[in-house]
Amino acid sequence: MKKELGIFILLVVLCIVVAAINPNFLLTINLQNLGRQIGAFGIFSIGLGLVIITGGIELSVGSMMALLGVLLSMMLTEWGLGVVPSVLLCILVATLLSLVHGLLITRLNMQPFIVTLCGLLFYRGLARFITKDETKGFGTVAGLDFLRYVANGNLFGIPMPFVLLILIAIIAWVVLHRSVYGRYLFATGRNPEAARYAGINTKGIVTAAYVLSGVLTAISGIIIAFYTNSVSPANHGNAYELYGIAAAVLGGCSLRGGEGSIVGVLIGTALLQVLRNLVNLLGIPSSLDFAVMGAVILIGVMADQILSDRRNRRQVALMRESTKNESPATN
Amino acid sequence: MTDHTPLLELRNVSKRFPGVIALNDVTLTVDTGEIVALIGENGAGKSTLMKILGGAIARDSGAIKINGQDIEIKSPREASALGIELIHQELSVLDNLDVAANIFLRREPTKGGLLKLIDRRRLYFEADALLKKLGLDLSSRTPVSRLSIAQQQLVEIARAISTGARIIVMDEPTSSLSLTETQRLLEIVRDLKAQQVSIIYISHRLHEVVEIADRAVVLRDGRNAGELQRSEITRDRMVRMMVGRDLKELFKESEQTTFQKENPNWFEVKNLRTQRYPNQTVSFSVARGEVLGIAGLVGAGRSEVAKTLFGVDQALSGTVTLNKHELHFSTPRDAIDDGVYLVPEDRRNCGLVVDFNVRENISLPNLESYSTAKIISTAKETAAAITASKSINIKTPSPEMRAANLSGGNQQKVVLARWLSFAPKVIIFDEPTRGIDVGAKAEIYELIRKLATDGVSVIVISSEMEEVLGISDRIAVMHEGRITGFLDRSHFSEEAVMHLATGAAG
Repeated sequence: MKKELGIFILLVVLCIVVAAINPNFLLTINLQNLGRQIGAFGIFSIGLGLVIITGGIELSVGSMMALLGVLLSMMLTEWGLGVVPSVLLCILVATLLSLVHGLLITRLNMQPFIVTLCGLLFYRGLARFITKDETKGFGTVAGLDFLRYVANGNLFGIPMPFVLLILIAIIAWVVLHRSVYGRYLFATGRNPEAARYAGINTKGIVTAAYVLSGVLTAISGIIIAFYTNSVSPANHGNAYELYGIAAAVLGGCSLRGGEGSIVGVLIGTALLQVLRNLVNLLGIPSSLDFAVMGAVILIGVMADQILSDRRNRRQVALMRESTKNESPATN
Repeated sequence: MTDHTPLLELRNVSKRFPGVIALNDVTLTVDTGEIVALIGENGAGKSTLMKILGGAIARDSGAIKINGQDIEIKSPREASALGIELIHQELSVLDNLDVAANIFLRREPTKGGLLKLIDRRRLYFEADALLKKLGLDLSSRTPVSRLSIAQQQLVEIARAISTGARIIVMDEPTSSLSLTETQRLLEIVRDLKAQQVSIIYISHRLHEVVEIADRAVVLRDGRNAGELQRSEITRDRMVRMMVGRDLKELFKESEQTTFQKENPNWFEVKNLRTQRYPNQTVSFSVARGEVLGIAGLVGAGRSEVAKTLFGVDQALSGTVTLNKHELHFSTPRDAIDDGVYLVPEDRRNCGLVVDFNVRENISLPNLESYSTAKIISTAKETAAAITASKSINIKTPSPEMRAANLSGGNQQKVVLARWLSFAPKVIIFDEPTRGIDVGAKAEIYELIRKLATDGVSVIVISSEMEEVLGISDRIAVMHEGRITGFLDRSHFSEEAVMHLATGAAG
């Protein structure tokens, strides 16, 4: 938890500053909106966090969301499939695509950046092709109330995507920080060779991380599709993978692998969404949107690096202290 | 030695690393045109001392003097400017470049003024001249990747000479060379001496030291353990100084156990072909309770056999049986499940996840047994880590200490603790005491012997002559991917091992 403390303080300070300058930040409607976005973005960010912990990267999230969004729309409005089969098919497609990513990376030793970059290009193109580049919506199809509720409704005043995020985060936390799989994931991400020598099926572990990321992307994708209520194949989900990567990195995931936490990813996601909100509320020209985000991420990651170096030095000092008394040279 | 100013003087140099005092008040002097052998066991501090001299790491205290002048060496570049060149144990040639490019790296002859174009004609001309001088019969345009290890070694020497170095440090230059190649290297060293170049010669091959050194400086556990003049250099005196006690103290006398008599071919490897040497087959067997040493030069294919038996590398063919049951493993998991374990050579990259703490490292391969419904019990892990730390004396302030901060000996014990939490049947140690101080070394030997006494088949791959002769019940010697002979205890000698290791028929 100590590791996430710095970024958490940054988040709190940011919220206080924004609220002080513009009290509208604390309006229920603003907070609900913020929570909805944190929920929608947080779910796939957790998946990206898992992939990043393996030492990999997943760049195709945004494109995959566009593809899943238009597929969902077409299944529901054009092919007349029911809600349940449509949702399940969406998740299945995401699972299969990310399984392919995982297999290409682990079995053919391809670089994750390349594999998922090709995914980014391919799925976007595919989404535009199957829709003939037309924006897709959900029209007046009956039976979508539940999905609309999941995306836009509230439970006791709490936005549903946020509720869903918390549920998923709890499961992910247990899996990552308490289960055998999580430990294997960290070992593999930190040092795949040593993990292999310890008898860990590193290929399976890494592939599973991509698949989990795909499933979480599908869930986020469905929520976001109903949140925006229309899916423009050329723009939908553009650069979302970067939000996820930024959230994970802000939250303490290292792109070198083997490092990160669910709580960190959650705080990172929240921080990014608060930043977007801040740009709106403080009347900063929206063209500066990305510049603000870039600056804050840089500062956050820099601070984290400095703190973790200091922590490590302290442990080394502790070790020296303990060897001073029983020096290994005993003659 | 005190009546004149030596060319190079390292005085009272100390260096601490996390968890270990690498150098403690070490002093070394070298005269012009002198060959000084720097000897000591693995982990005695030789490499650290030379890295300080080479500017790769900084000393904590002490002085470095050249011709009596205090100097600071802050980088390899500065060392080079002072005329000090290191030839590393791990080859540092760039195998994506050709020989000439390697020799003149960072000192390329240029033309075209500010454009700094490489003068290729001069580059190759001068490189070829150097190679000829070293008696190396190849073109300097050859890509380094196509050279043998011995030839790569010579390229490094060519590089050192070409800088006009006054002092050349050779760190185990012969560890992968054959007998004739070694002889040629020793001749080159003598030539350099004749040209008034000083050589610091680090080697485990004591007969080379006897043959060539003007003086031998012995380090032990990071301190000066003594110094021998040319006339005093004998194998026995060197060993006594290096080990600091009688070898017999380090190695418990082994007696034949009933296990060995009852299970002579407990672990049996037949016609194993590894990816490294697809045209050679390896066959041997280890009795239950026996320690089989595997000796040989670096690159003889010993580690490859170990990795193949552990499922890290895929065997091309061959059968492995344990207690008459045939084993099939294609992954380390399979080997672990069969009770065959490897303590790998590269502790920091393969043996441990060094960023994990002691607790996590010990439980890693056996995690399921610390878990209920896939959820890990940290309490169980901690308990196991504490028990293991006590039983094999792992020195760590807490099980939460990162493995990276432990000393080499304690890291090795963590690796071992992992496998002891199972019921081992076969354990393969690959260079078990590399980078480990004498105290911890004795403990590791004791653990190895105890494993054997408890009925485990132990295989110890070692390049350290004293170690392989001391710990083994029997020695298999490998050369270029095949076993050139087996030696029984009654036939143990360095000469016999070297004879087989350099490819002479057994």
